[in-house]
Amino acid sequence: MSSIPEPQLSSLYQELILEHYKRPRNRGELEGGTVEVHMRNPSCGDEIRLQLRVEGDAIMDLRFVGEGCAISQASVSMMTTVVKGGRLDDAMGLAKRFTEMMRGDPEAARDRSLKDLRAFQGVSKFPVRVKCALLGFDALQEAVKRARGTEGSPAVPGATP
Amino acid sequence: MDAPPPVKTSAQTRPRSLSSKLDVERLRRDFPALAQMVNGRPLAYLDNAATSQKPLRVLDALRNYYEHDNANVHRGLHELSRRATDAYEGARARVATWIGASSPAEVIWTRGTTESINLVAASWGSANLKEGDEILVSDMEHHSNLVPWQLIAARTGAKLRFLELDDEGRLILDALPEILDGGRVRIAALSHVSNALGTINPIAEISKLLHEAGVLFLVDGAQGAAHHGVNVRELGVDFYACSGHKMCGPTGIGVLWGRRELLEGMPPYQGGGEMIDRVERDYSTWAALPHKFEAGTPNIAGTVGLHAAVDYLDEIGADAILAHEQALVAYALDRLREVPRVRLFGPSDPGERAGVVSFTVPEAHPHDVSTILDSEGIAIRAGHHCAQLVMRRFGVPATARASFYFYNTRDEVDRLVQGLETVRSVFGD
Ligand SMILES: Cc1ncc(COP(=O)(O)O)c(C=O)c1O
Repeated sequence: MSSIPEPQLSSLYQELILEHYKRPRNRGELEGGTVEVHMRNPSCGDEIRLQLRVEGDAIMDLRFVGEGCAISQASVSMMTTVVKGGRLDDAMGLAKRFTEMMRGDPEAARDRSLKDLRAFQGVSKFPVRVKCALLGFDALQEAVKRARGTEGSPAVPGATP
Repeated sequence: MDAPPPVKTSAQTRPRSLSSKLDVERLRRDFPALAQMVNGRPLAYLDNAATSQKPLRVLDALRNYYEHDNANVHRGLHELSRRATDAYEGARARVATWIGASSPAEVIWTRGTTESINLVAASWGSANLKEGDEILVSDMEHHSNLVPWQLIAARTGAKLRFLELDDEGRLILDALPEILDGGRVRIAALSHVSNALGTINPIAEISKLLHEAGVLFLVDGAQGAAHHGVNVRELGVDFYACSGHKMCGPTGIGVLWGRRELLEGMPPYQGGGEMIDRVERDYSTWAALPHKFEAGTPNIAGTVGLHAAVDYLDEIGADAILAHEQALVAYALDRLREVPRVRLFGPSDPGERAGVVSFTVPEAHPHDVSTILDSEGIAIRAGHHCAQLVMRRFGVPATARASFYFYNTRDEVDRLVQGLETVRSVFGD
């Protein structure tokens, strides 16, 4: 037989992931946001809207609303807990590291800066689900780029890639 | 003129018995792909609305063609080209008989349903539609029977009108007389069977109403021909589009059937070799039907494979196939109703639907349902099924969809329902 289903499945649906899916953190509308990004995965329809309040180079607060599978929604939720209160550079670094882990880089998977997000390591073994896990981080990277581009100017919500 | 009588949405065109007389175990042996293990379990292939598996008969026909007869068609005077041309035109004649066309000239080879519909929308549409005209579609349509019409509407100034769906996913045909009374609808494009809901539409009756109003009727038969058997003259339609790959044939081959006088009046869709008669510097004249619409080297092997598929399906019999699917759907609906808080989409009467069951469970998103079922060797589809208007109508982003063919079994339905237990054990509180 080629493989045993059960361990595979549990490496995908880790407790921590299910927990974030059922009880998402930082979900809802953000008052006084300075950047907003809407990301959609056209092939499966998963989507999120991510709002950030950036002051200087710090992410003071962020929230999201979204709809989609457990992997996409849990990864956004967990991502918000890790980047909240941190710097734009660190958020970009985290997104890069997370993406490397999803592409199967074992070193990235050992990187402690990813914190709880390492729970998503198992997703890298399900190639069709990798893009679900990356949705929130793609939105984060876009939001940081825009925050840098619009520094000092008022929020420009709505525009979506 | 009297108003046409209201149409019963549950109308059926053929008697249905909810039991199967097929020797499924024997048929399954014709499909090598079905006899494999996936993730440690025997494959339960329940994604037939996406594409069907292929019987040995079709695989052998493809191999035999490439090993012995491969050449270009209508171009060489040598033996192999003659054989390839005979195979290509022989397949056309076979399909023409199978769908009840008056002549093989009415059967145009395409890449599939999508290309067939694009051909009609672009060719017929550009020659006939103008500002103020209306194209009638429905909220049930696959994107391939919607977007081509949006494109031609944008180019010609015509507008799209929509038939809506009732809560069981059936077309609300009571609205049709009033839409037609407006006198602006030129063509209607509706699916024979919904790929997202399984609803079988009463094509023959709709056709009557449309024709009384002088409206042409294109039917998207991607899910029709494969499961239902088709006679285009009995249905009384003007164009019928279908795909070989959903009916045991290869990918990349499909059919557009059209009434001869309509096809003759339509301009070519693409230009190139094969579709011309005489070529001058500034202009050309077109080949006769069907070649006017077949520019370039066609998918010759595809037609050979489709020929074998049609022979195979014909031996099983369209009525037996539909009866088997409906028996399975009836069983699946009963079993799924046992699943706590499951939501089922589409008609509740299995007699009104083909072998498609769309559902959601509250614990998990359809993609997660699909991943978990896949880990048990069960292949279903999850998503919007290229029918975003259907998803919007029912207020869901996606559904899980099991779709059956004549080789599926009750045992596979049982495994699907058991798989949903695993979903609950992973996602339940
Ligand atoms: C109802 C319906 N229409 C059209 C299509 C498009 O068929 P194809 O992709 O073979 O062109 C499909 C298949 O996905 C379908 O189910």
